Amino acid sequence: MKMLLPFVAVMALVAAALMAVNVANLHFLFGVAIPYIAFAVFTAGFVYRIVKWASSPVPFRIPTTCGQEFSLPWVKQNKIENPSTATGVIIRMALEIFLFRSLFRNIKAELRDGQKIVYGSDKWLWLAGLAFHWTFLVILVRHLRFFVGDVPMSIAMLEHLDGFLQIGVPMIYITDGVILAAIGYLFIRRVLLPQIRYISLPADYFPLFLIAAIVVSGILMRYIVKVDVVGVKNFTMGLVTFTPVIPATLMQGNGAWFFLHVFLISVLFAYFPFSKLMHMGGVFMSPTRNMINNSRMVRHVNPWNYPVHVHTYEEYENDFRDKMKAAGIPVEKE
Amino acid sequence: MAKFTAKPKDLINIDYTTPKTEWMDTPTEIREHMFCHATKAKDLETVEFPNIHEWRPQDEDWKLPANWEQTILQGMQDLLKKYRSFQLFMDICVRCGACADKCHFFIGSGDPKNMPVLRAELMRSVYRGNFTLAGKILKKLAGARKLTPAVIKEWWYYFYQCTECRRCSVFCPYGIDTAEVTMMARELLNLLGLQLGWIGGPVANCYMKGNHLGLEPHTIKSSVEFFLDDIKEITGITIEPTFNRKGAEILFVTPSGDLFANPGTYTAMGYLMLFHELGLDYTWSTYASEGGNFGFFTSNEMAKRLNSKIYAEAKRLGVKWILGGECGHMWRVIHQYMDTWQGPADFLQEPVSPITGTKFENAKATKMVHIAEFTADLIKNNKLKLDKSRNDHLVVTYHDSCNTARGMGMLEEPRYIINNVCNHFHEMPEDTIKEKTFCCGSGTGLNASENMELRMRGGLPRANAVKFVKEKHGVNMLANVCAIDRATLSASVDYWVPGTAVCGTHELVANALVMKGEKERTLDIRLEPLPGKEASE
Ligand code: HEM
Ligand code: SF4
Ligand code: SF4
Repeated sequence: MKMLLPFVAVMALVAAALMAVNVANLHFLFGVAIPYIAFAVFTAGFVYRIVKWASSPVPFRIPTTCGQEFSLPWVKQNKIENPSTATGVIIRMALEIFLFRSLFRNIKAELRDGQKIVYGSDKWLWLAGLAFHWTFLVILVRHLRFFVGDVPMSIAMLEHLDGFLQIGVPMIYITDGVILAAIGYLFIRRVLLPQIRYISLPADYFPLFLIAAIVVSGILMRYIVKVDVVGVKNFTMGLVTFTPVIPATLMQGNGAWFFLHVFLISVLFAYFPFSKLMHMGGVFMSPTRNMINNSRMVRHVNPWNYPVHVHTYEEYENDFRDKMKAAGIPVEKE
Repeated sequence: MAKFTAKPKDLINIDYTTPKTEWMDTPTEIREHMFCHATKAKDLETVEFPNIHEWRPQDEDWKLPANWEQTILQGMQDLLKKYRSFQLFMDICVRCGACADKCHFFIGSGDPKNMPVLRAELMRSVYRGNFTLAGKILKKLAGARKLTPAVIKEWWYYFYQCTECRRCSVFCPYGIDTAEVTMMARELLNLLGLQLGWIGGPVANCYMKGNHLGLEPHTIKSSVEFFLDDIKEITGITIEPTFNRKGAEILFVTPSGDLFANPGTYTAMGYLMLFHELGLDYTWSTYASEGGNFGFFTSNEMAKRLNSKIYAEAKRLGVKWILGGECGHMWRVIHQYMDTWQGPADFLQEPVSPITGTKFENAKATKMVHIAEFTADLIKNNKLKLDKSRNDHLVVTYHDSCNTARGMGMLEEPRYIINNVCNHFHEMPEDTIKEKTFCCGSGTGLNASENMELRMRGGLPRANAVKFVKEKHGVNMLANVCAIDRATLSASVDYWVPGTAVCGTHELVANALVMKGEKERTLDIRLEPLPGKEASE
């Protein structure tokens, strides 16, 4: 169920798009209206979520320290894993965001021979996760060629790099294969590892299936069904300049694949702010990672700190004055 | 309740298979030896907690107050508004499972609800159902569920199977700290009067009498005097510490556990001997006689109420700065919370060691120094005369306590000290020390006796690493800097790795410390004959 439902949902989305375009001729709705709406939902939703996080306070300074703190001058501090300066935090965060540093620590615990627990390095998730995200990013950046008039050098270079294993025409992008493999791994591990399957929700399968469908429809268009690329560029330029046009070449034949691709991406965009995909924004704001470990050096202020009931020394001495005097412990009031 | 009698070889038969039913459809069984008794009503009355009532965890009906549901949901709403950590950690988990096998309770029990991610999902599912649009519409499809009395029981059971050790947070790609979720859950459960006896009792004691054990001022003094007799027997030296003395330069605060039971008492003797040898101008306090803070395991407010005594006493006595003893959660609180709650501590001075002149830059705002920092500095500056050979009967390994490792980062100072007072030191495997250290298994107020199975299961990963170095290097002493460790590791090591003892770092210092005018030592701090000295006397 947890897996089937999201699968059916994604298949339904695919069918809906293909039928809408092929049968009902809803090109404008699926090519223009929905993408605009999706983009608006994405932007508003993303901003809303970030603002909501940002407006909830960080009452305490709670970094998770993963190395030696700043201490005596001769004790070697781990300036990145236990930062005492903003620079340290910036490097720590950069390593998290670009290299998934914490995931790189991953180890696997195993009960061996029914009597001892051993730990082994386990970097596959890190590798697949990194491959997935980086290829996703590269593909996203490559797509910018459709949204700018003249393709900038940097994007052209990226495309060139990505396609350096030139195999026939069109050039085959390495990222296309890698992202499929990575998604495949992330999916298979979710299904095969009993503990991971146990914690998985439909909301964990859905984005995987959806992104896989986007990738597959993209690959189909590029290598197999061959959509009119010039038409696509005219279309996307129309979208970004708010003068939407649907070129005739896309209205017929293989053009439907393009509308499918655009529709699935729209769904991903609209779904994004309501889902776990918001980890993209959240990772920057995690107080256990983005704070300086200097709470004994610099006072951290809690905006909602309030006075509390305490049991004062005076009350304490009133309770125990005689016993204190008898024991020779000094008191305030004889 | 029957006594806990399971043998280690049976307990280690851990079943890691997941249940046939989904976790939301798998009812929670409150199992004997895995949970703690409920607290006494009078203890909660002392600190004026809400919804105090008599109940027992093993009963069907927990007698929840009539508006329990609204209380919890309102409580969640408040906490979500107050803590970005809570809001964020409810929102961004991708269920990658990197944290799953990092929790000592999961490793030791195999119970999937002890995977940090699932522990947090127990709360997240209710969050989704009540605070998110997707959860309200899609219900179970979005991983949401209704809040029911069974959910409250499940929370209680599993959030008291988390020791807030933060090991999961080290491995999470977003730093999601399940300890933070547990802290919120415990706040919420306290709104319904669902507290543990082992937490409620110490909290009430600490509030009224200044320490968890409820030692009254004269008893604190006589406990210390008892140590002084032993010290005299060992060294021939008479020590005269002071209590509640105004005008002392330094206030010394340590967990009360060290005044009460072995092996913590040996650490306390170590402090007394070290300070005497240095001629330190310091005082103990009977009012601020607790470094630890069990309030931290109930609510943020209670933690602050208990913690207030330290600064208040420092101010009353007019000391310059504060020195803190060996403890774990005490240092999480002092390092990451105290100044924010009670500061600024402008009535104190930036701490400077009167012996070496070293400025403790890292404590310049809070003005409280950890004794391991203090002693490491003494040794580095050659201020102590040490005879390492007096620890030659010991093969030592060092256990980082969760809080000083992951909530502070004090890793090297204790190691430096141990290496300077002992000849035989061996690290446990890399994946079980420093930031990856394992909890003793009984932190956050779970060190009761009725939950012994839970404690032994949670203590397995640590004990297992001790066993490794015992077999490889003959380790017979597990050193640490935590009062709870000293009490709890003794039990779990005794269960899993019999023949290994547990000590505080300053016990080892005291053994090695050559004091002015001492007689030739024939006994160690435990009043046991020193090796090679049995015959010569
Ligand atoms: C700053 C940007 C981002 C960072 C640092 C980041 C980091 C991570 C990490 C560390 C994981 C866990 C490991 C894994 O399962 O791969 C993860 C999971 C995931 N991320 Fe991201 N991510 C970012 C942006 C995105 C974006 C833009 C998307 C897609 C629209 C995305 C989609 C996913 C998905 C679907 C998973 C779950 C994979 C699974 O099912 O196991 N992420 N992310
Ligand atoms: S490691 Fe972090 S993101 Fe992954 S399942 Fe655990 S809490 Fe969630
Ligand atoms: S904080 Fe520690 S005890 Fe709690 S879930 Fe994480 S690893 Fe387990």
